[in-house]
Amino acid sequence: MLGLNTKDTRLLLIVIALTLSTPILLQPFAEGTGLAQFNAGYPDLMQRFAIFGIFAIGFNILFGLTGYLSFGHAAFLGVGSYSAVWMFKLLSMNILPGLILAVIVSGLFALLIGFVSLRRSGIYFSILTLAFAQMSFNLAYSVLTPITNGETGLQVTLNDPRILDGVNASPYTNLFGLPMSSSVKLELLGRLFTFNLGYYFCAVIAILAFYLSLRIFRSPFGLMLRAVKCNQQRMSYTGLNARPYTLAAFVISGMYAGLAGGLLAAMDPLAGAERMQWTASGEVVLMTILGGAGTLMGPVLGAGFIKYFENIFSKINDTVLHSWFAFLPDGIEDALVFVVQPFVGKGWQLTLGLVFMLVVVFLPGGLMEGGQRISAWIRRKSRKDDGRADSEHRPGTSPHIAE
Amino acid sequence: MDVILLQILNGLDKGSAYALIALGLTLIFGTLGVVNFAHGALFMIGAFCAVTLSRLINLSYVTLDPVKTDFLGNPAKIKTPYVEAWFGPETGAWLIDWSVPLAILFAIPVMIAVGFIMERGLIKHFYKRPHADQILVTFGLAIVLQEVIKYFYGANPIPTPAPELFRGSFDFGVLIGFDPNAIIYPYWRLVYFAFSALVIGAVFAFLRFTTFGMVVRAGMADRETVGLLGIDIDKRFTIMFGIAAAVAGLAGVMYAPINSPNYHMGMDFLVLSFVVVVVGGMGSLPGAVLAGFLLGVLESFASMNWIKDIIPGIDQVIIYLVAIIILLTRPRGLMGKKGVMED
Amino acid sequence: MTKSNFTRRGMLKTGALAGSGLALPTIFTAQSAAAASFTNDPTGSTVTLGFNVPQSGPYADEGADELRAYQLAVEHLNGEGDGGMLSTFSSKVLEGNGILGKKVQFVTGDTQTKSDAARASAKSMIEKDGAVMITGGSSSGVAIAVQGLCQEAGVIFMAGLTHSNDTTGKDKKANGFRHFFNAYMSAAALAPVLAARYGTDRKAYHLTADYTWGWTQEESIASATEALGWSTVNKVRTPLASTDFSSYIAPVLNSGADVLILNHYGGNMVNSLTNAVQFGLRDKMVNNKNFEIIVPLYSRLMARGAGKNVAGILGSTNWHWSLQDAGSKAFVQSFGMRWGFPPSQAAHTVYCQTLLYADAVTRAGSFNPCAVGEALEGYEFDGLGNGKTLYRADDHQCFKDVLVVKGKENPDNEFDLLEVVEVTPAAQVTYAPDHPMFAGGALGECNPGA
Repeated sequence: MLGLNTKDTRLLLIVIALTLSTPILLQPFAEGTGLAQFNAGYPDLMQRFAIFGIFAIGFNILFGLTGYLSFGHAAFLGVGSYSAVWMFKLLSMNILPGLILAVIVSGLFALLIGFVSLRRSGIYFSILTLAFAQMSFNLAYSVLTPITNGETGLQVTLNDPRILDGVNASPYTNLFGLPMSSSVKLELLGRLFTFNLGYYFCAVIAILAFYLSLRIFRSPFGLMLRAVKCNQQRMSYTGLNARPYTLAAFVISGMYAGLAGGLLAAMDPLAGAERMQWTASGEVVLMTILGGAGTLMGPVLGAGFIKYFENIFSKINDTVLHSWFAFLPDGIEDALVFVVQPFVGKGWQLTLGLVFMLVVVFLPGGLMEGGQRISAWIRRKSRKDDGRADSEHRPGTSPHIAE
Repeated sequence: MDVILLQILNGLDKGSAYALIALGLTLIFGTLGVVNFAHGALFMIGAFCAVTLSRLINLSYVTLDPVKTDFLGNPAKIKTPYVEAWFGPETGAWLIDWSVPLAILFAIPVMIAVGFIMERGLIKHFYKRPHADQILVTFGLAIVLQEVIKYFYGANPIPTPAPELFRGSFDFGVLIGFDPNAIIYPYWRLVYFAFSALVIGAVFAFLRFTTFGMVVRAGMADRETVGLLGIDIDKRFTIMFGIAAAVAGLAGVMYAPINSPNYHMGMDFLVLSFVVVVVGGMGSLPGAVLAGFLLGVLESFASMNWIKDIIPGIDQVIIYLVAIIILLTRPRGLMGKKGVMED
Repeated sequence: MTKSNFTRRGMLKTGALAGSGLALPTIFTAQSAAAASFTNDPTGSTVTLGFNVPQSGPYADEGADELRAYQLAVEHLNGEGDGGMLSTFSSKVLEGNGILGKKVQFVTGDTQTKSDAARASAKSMIEKDGAVMITGGSSSGVAIAVQGLCQEAGVIFMAGLTHSNDTTGKDKKANGFRHFFNAYMSAAALAPVLAARYGTDRKAYHLTADYTWGWTQEESIASATEALGWSTVNKVRTPLASTDFSSYIAPVLNSGADVLILNHYGGNMVNSLTNAVQFGLRDKMVNNKNFEIIVPLYSRLMARGAGKNVAGILGSTNWHWSLQDAGSKAFVQSFGMRWGFPPSQAAHTVYCQTLLYADAVTRAGSFNPCAVGEALEGYEFDGLGNGKTLYRADDHQCFKDVLVVKGKENPDNEFDLLEVVEVTPAAQVTYAPDHPMFAGGALGECNPGA
C-alpha cells in the first residue's frame, strides 16, 4: 500500500491508529483518583507530543541515517516559529500560510547553514552547527528584537494588520475559520476525553511526516545516506559525491524542524528566542538518542517521554504527594513524602537525568530496544520462535557514529 | 591605548579561565575520546568544594543574645564559629578568610575521587560505545549532579569572597606611565591568571617529562599496541580522568570568588568549553590552551564600546563567529590531529 | 497542611453522567461563548488556582519563596493558620471560608523562566486542572507571555514579580493585573534620593542587560537622572547570558563617569555588582567625588548572592520585611512562624495578589473574569503592607509607595541585608496612563473564554 511493503504498511497503520486514539490512550486513570495526575490527554501536551515527534523524526533523518550530529537544529525550529507568527500578524490567522512560510524559510536557512557546515565532518560539523544556532539565539534575544521581540517573544496583537482577514475574522489561530482550540469533550467511564482540533491537525501532519520519513528510509536516497554513515571514503572511491546527499538530508530535516516550529506557533501563537538556544538543540538530540537513533519510531517515543516528564512530573508537589499517601499512618506518610519529594515537582529534572543514565546503560538501543526486548520476550513466551523477526525496524546493525 | 592594554589584560584573564576549563575537557574529550557533557558539572562541583569548605570552617555554635531579638520577637542568635573557639579568634578569623585558597587542598582529593568513581563506575563502559550514547549518559550525569547540588545548596548564587589580602585592585597604569586609574585590575583575577598558568604548566610537564605521561601519550596514539606491550593502559586512563577532573575542579575553586557559584554555572561554561576545545583542535593540549586565550582576548575586544557601535551585537556572537571562521579555514582547528573524531 | 485530593473540574463530579457510561459530546469553540459561561467555571465545592513559578533555573529560589507565600495565602483563605494580612486588609469580605464558600485548592507548575515552558505549564493548569486564575512568575518575559495566554484562554492573570514597564504598558491585557511596581516607579522613587545624596552634577555610566526589561529600566532611570541634571556618559548593553562582566566594567573608570548604574537583575546583578566591587570602583575618587554604584531594582534573595558587596548601595524594592505597618508585621509574623525566615518581596507580592483576587471575586459575587476584572479596576485598598494602594483601571497597575533601600553595612543576620532609606509616596511615582514609556498597547476587551 502506498509504495510500502506489508511490514511497513502494518507499521504505518499501527502508527495511525495510535496517533488517532491518543486522546483516549492518554487518559487511563479515572478523574478524582490520585493517579489522574498522570493523565496526559489534554490538548496542549498532546499537541506537543505530535509536534516534537515531527521535530525528532526530522532530526533522525539526518542523524539516524547519515550519522551527522547537528547540535543546532533548534535554530530551524525557532525560525519556523518566527515566520509563522509573522504570517499570523501580517496575512491571516489561518495557519496554512504561516506553516508554508515556516517550511520554506527554515529550508532556506538550513540550506545556508548546511552548505557551510557540511564542509566539515564529525565533531567539527557539530560545533559549526552549534555556533550558527547560538549566534541566531543571541541575536534574536538582543539586536534583532524589532523582528523577534526579544526575550518576551513575538506575539500576535489586536492591532496587527492581517490583510487577508476580514473585519469579523476569528482572532484565534484557525483553519478556514475553525479555531485550533475547539474541542469535543466526552465524558465516559469517569474519564474526560478531549478531542481537540489542533491536536488532530498536528496528528495528521505527524502521520504524513512519519510516512515521508518511512519512504526516505526505504528509498535509494536513504540507502545512499546510510552509505555516507558506513564509510564515506569508500563511497567517494566509487565516484559518488556524498555532499549533495547529506546536504539534501540536512535541508529536509531542517524543514521538518521548521514545520514543527510553525506548528508550535499555530497551536499557541508565540515565538520565543529560547526555542533556538543550545539547550533546545540538545533536547532533540537527547530525544532521538533516548528513543533510539536510526529507528523510525524511537525519536517519537523519546520526544513523548521527555515532554511527559517536563509537563507531568513537574506538577507533582508536596500537597499532591500527601494526598497520595494519605491512607498511610502519619509518620510513614511523611517519611514517604520526604523520600519521593526530591524526585518530583521541582526535582523533576533529577529523575529525568537518572532515566537518561539508566536507559543508556541498560538499553543501548534506546527505548526502542526496551520495546523490542519486551515484544521478543512475549513472543518467546507464546511460541518458542526466534525473536529476530522485528529487526527490520532498525536499519541494519551499523554502529551509529563510532569509528 | 590604555583601553586596549586593559582589554588585553582582561582577555588574558578570561582566557585563563577558558584555557583551564578546556584543558581538563581536552584530556577527557580530545584524547580519551569521550564526549563528556558532565565536564561543566565537574567545574561546578569544584566551585562548590570552595563553598562547602567555607561552610565547614564557618560551622558555628549558637548562643542566645540577651538583648537583641530577631524578626519574630525571639531572642537573637549569636553564631560563633568553632574554629574561633578552638584556635582563638585570630587564627579562626584567618582560616575563615582564607577558606578559598585552603579549598584547593580540599578540592584536589575530592575531585580526583569524583573522577575515579565517574570513570570506573560509568565512563569505562562507554569508551567503545557510540558518541551519541556518551552524550546521553554524561548529560544525564550532569543533570543529576546539578540537581543534587541544587537540593543541598539552593538555586541562588552563594557569595564566596577571596581573602581580604586579595580584594581590591592593582593600578598597572601608574607603573608604565599612565594616569592613575587608567589601568586597574583586581588582585584576585591576577592570582587566577598566575594559578592557571601554573596548573597548565604542571599538566604539560607531567605529560611531557614523566614516564607515566609518556605511556599515556602513547596510549592516546595507539591504545592497542600499548596494551600489547603489557602495560595496563586502563589504569593509567583512570588516573588521567582523575587528573582532568581535578583540573576542572581547581578551575572552579579559584573561580568562586570571581563570580558567586550557583548550581547551573557548569552548564553556562559547557558549550563554551566544547567550542574552545574544538577550535583548538581535537587531541591537542596546546591547541586548547591557545584557543582559550585567543577567544578570551577576542571576546574582550568585542565588548569595547566603539567596536560595538560599528557592529551592533558583536560581543554576543564573537566567540561563535571566530569558531566558524577558524573551522572553515583550518579544517582541524588550530592544532588538531588528523582522524580524531572526524567521522 | 491542606490535604486536598486533586479532583478537578467540578462539572465532572456534579455531572450526573459521570460513570454512567453515557456519552454526551459538548462542543466548545472559542467564539461560541454563551453569555453566562466562562472558562473553568467552578461548579463544585472547590475552586482551583494555578501557581506558575520558576522551580528550576536561576530563579528557582525566588519561585520557591513565592510558592511558600501562595500556600500561606491558601491556608488563610480557607480559614487555617493565623489569617495573616486578612485581618489588616481594608476589605473585610473575606471570611476564611474559601472563596464564595468554595474551598481553595491549587496546582503548581514550573515556568523554568522560559516563555515557552511557562505557557505550556499554564495551559496544562487551564486545560487539565481547570484552574480559573493563573498567577506567579519571576521575570517580565514570562509574565508577558503568560498574560497573553490568559487573555486568549479567558482566565485572570495575577502577575508575580515582573518589573518591566511593558507588562502594564505596551503589552497590557484586560485579563492581566500587576501588583508589583515597575521600572518607571523605581526611577521616579530613586531620583530625589540620588539628588539628595550624590548631588545634581553627576556623570552616569549605564550597564544594561540586553533584553526588554533591561531597556525599560535603562530608559526610565536615565530620563529620571537626566531630569535631575545628571549627564549620561554611556549606555552599554551586556549580553543576558554573560557571567563575567569584567570586560564591561574595566573601562568604566576611564570614561570620566562617577556613577555606575547597573540595570541588571538576578544572576546578572549579582555578578556585575561583584565584579564592579572587585575592580575597586567604590574606593575610587572621580571628578573629586566618591565613585558610586546604583542598582535600581533590588531583590533581597539575590542581594544575598552578592554578599558584602551590596553594602551602601542604593536601589529600590517593592516591599521589605522590616516595615513596621500592621499589614507587614502580620504577614512577616505569619510567614516567619510557618517557614522560619522572613518573606521576600516576591513572596509578599504574590500573597497580596492572591488575596486581592479572592477579595475581588467575593465582591463581584462571581468567578467570571470580566466581573473580577471590573471589581479590581479602580479599586482602592489598604493594609497589605504598602499603604494606600490603587489598582488603576486604565492599565491594571497598582500605584503605591515605593521603598528606596540601601545595602546594610553591618547586617545582623543573613536576612538583614537591606535597610529602608526612604518611602517615596505613591503620588511621586504616579504617571499618566498614556506616558510615552507605556504607550503603544491597549487593554482590549476582557475575555471570559468559553
